Amino acid sequence: MSGKKEVIQLKKVAKHYHLGENIVRALDGIDILINEGEFVSIMGPSGSGKSTAMNLVGSLDAPTHGKIFLDKKDISKFSESDLAQLRGKKIGFIFQQFNLINNLTARENIALPMMFQGASESERLKKADELLKMVDLGDRGSHYPNQLSGGQQQRVAIARSLANDPEVILADEPTGNLDTKTGQIIVSFLENLHKKGKTIVMVTHDPALAQKYSDVVYWLRDGKVEKITKKRRK
Amino acid sequence: MRADHFFLSLKNLKHRGLRTWLTLLGIFIGVTVVIALIGLGNGLKLTVEAQFGVSSLEVITVQAGGLNFGPPGSGVSIPLDMDDLEAVKGVNNVDYAIRRNLETLKLEYNDRLVIGTAIDLPEDKEEADVFYEALDLEIEQGRKLKESDTNKILLGNNFLTNKVDLGKPVEAGDNVKLNNKSFEVVGLLEKQGSFILDNIAIMPRTKLDDLSDFGDEIDMIIVVLKDTELIEETKEDIEKVLRKTRDVDEGEEDFDVSTPAAALETVNQVLTGVQIFIVIIALISVFVGAIGIINTMTTSVMERRKDIGIMKAVGARNSDIFLQFLIEAGLLGLIGGLAGVVFGSIISYFGVVGIASFLGTEVSPSLDIPLTLITLVVSFIIGAAAGIIPAIKAAKQNPVEVIRG
Repeated sequence: MSGKKEVIQLKKVAKHYHLGENIVRALDGIDILINEGEFVSIMGPSGSGKSTAMNLVGSLDAPTHGKIFLDKKDISKFSESDLAQLRGKKIGFIFQQFNLINNLTARENIALPMMFQGASESERLKKADELLKMVDLGDRGSHYPNQLSGGQQQRVAIARSLANDPEVILADEPTGNLDTKTGQIIVSFLENLHKKGKTIVMVTHDPALAQKYSDVVYWLRDGKVEKITKKRRK
Repeated sequence: MRADHFFLSLKNLKHRGLRTWLTLLGIFIGVTVVIALIGLGNGLKLTVEAQFGVSSLEVITVQAGGLNFGPPGSGVSIPLDMDDLEAVKGVNNVDYAIRRNLETLKLEYNDRLVIGTAIDLPEDKEEADVFYEALDLEIEQGRKLKESDTNKILLGNNFLTNKVDLGKPVEAGDNVKLNNKSFEVVGLLEKQGSFILDNIAIMPRTKLDDLSDFGDEIDMIIVVLKDTELIEETKEDIEKVLRKTRDVDEGEEDFDVSTPAAALETVNQVLTGVQIFIVIIALISVFVGAIGIINTMTTSVMERRKDIGIMKAVGARNSDIFLQFLIEAGLLGLIGGLAGVVFGSIISYFGVVGIASFLGTEVSPSLDIPLTLITLVVSFIIGAAAGIIPAIKAAKQNPVEVIRG
């Protein structure tokens, strides 16, 4: 990996939850390194800690132990406000349940991350329209999420994740709520983004999907990295 | 950025259910009551001022009355007389002291009979002019009374506009009967906005004396001052000389010396007291409304945990979320306040018009713009204040816990 810029690094990261008197070790000292331009998958069965890992990679959560570096900067040193700004700028999220805001139209949902970065309304709407066209939903801008199909909602979510032109796209089971055909369309969007230079981190429980598209796959089991597989892309 | 939060808040409010709008009832009712009562109170004050019938606030009136020391229930009070009048005339700074008698008479016209009130016009021309001026009387039809007039009278405006239940308007030149004696109406007054003056009959003193035989008794003395700046001092001087002529001690006066300003002040104090009492009740309603907003915003935070998580994931800071909910709560208060202002103003408008019409006065209801603006700002602040705790809760939501929900 020499010569590649490190975008996100988890060092000896653990995440423990207290459930009554028991401690649940969702993650137990994992190391993950994500370089610029890579397609990385985090694989594992249910309960393996992959979603916890994704939250930590996306700086949505803080580790119990260990350190997380974003652009080689220790995020534990960041204030809540700075971290939110950095997250909004550097990372785009795609969720399994799409997670669009129901009171906002597709265009407004896409424009929302830009609002928190201080972009003007005209800038936001112009960019949102461009992104809608990019995901082939140019004519659905004024539709509310409940007026869109699952695949369309996920495409809006992809467009939203690109609003601030982030370096990294984090996709948490992006095809989990979609039929196979629609799922393939969504993954092909991710593949295209990867080809355009974006760093993609995908959480999935589908080994075929992970191995087909990923440069690196982190296999998690019981909160630990069981193995790492790497593929030389053609 | 603030405008964006405002826009987002409006979007969210548009999607709120009936339950949210019902919680605004407290603020709405409170503001309605405040606006309606203050408007009605102000209208009532203007109506009462108009009822005083003395336009100049720089005139002192003296009447018999005050404390009675007769046997319980006797209601005895010694009327003012010519000695009292002369004593008042002798007080420093008194320019004119004019007696006024006010009598209840039968008035017949067009084969109908009503009970009316008549006051006497001084026979001295100078005093008569002062009388017209003090009461601000102007003629709408016909002319004023002259010293040489004998069986002639002036009538108030309600006779001309047929509001006295005589079947038809009385016009200058018509004859009416007062206590069975015929009088020619030489003129009718312009509308005064006072129930008494708009229904009055004015006649020369000797004629009124003929009809009701008041002799030396005086109902009221109107005192016009040389220097109106000294109104309070003159009032005290008049009280002093009347205590002497009527042989009463201080604190046991059987007469009342008042300035319209002082009398109005008393009325205003009573009205203000009533207003304060009801405004306190209204504030309780507003307080209940604020609790409603706390409740609805707390529920809203619970319902929108996922939205909060999403916003945080896409870059919202805690302060953005806090501001978002705070503005939303403030807008809820503002909307409740705005509805209250509109409804309260309507009640106030029709209330004042109704009271003025009932009392026969003319008062134009007006919207108190500063009060309205203050009410709206306060409504927003109350709403926002009620939203602080829910907004803090919203800002502290952990996105990880809610985003997968």
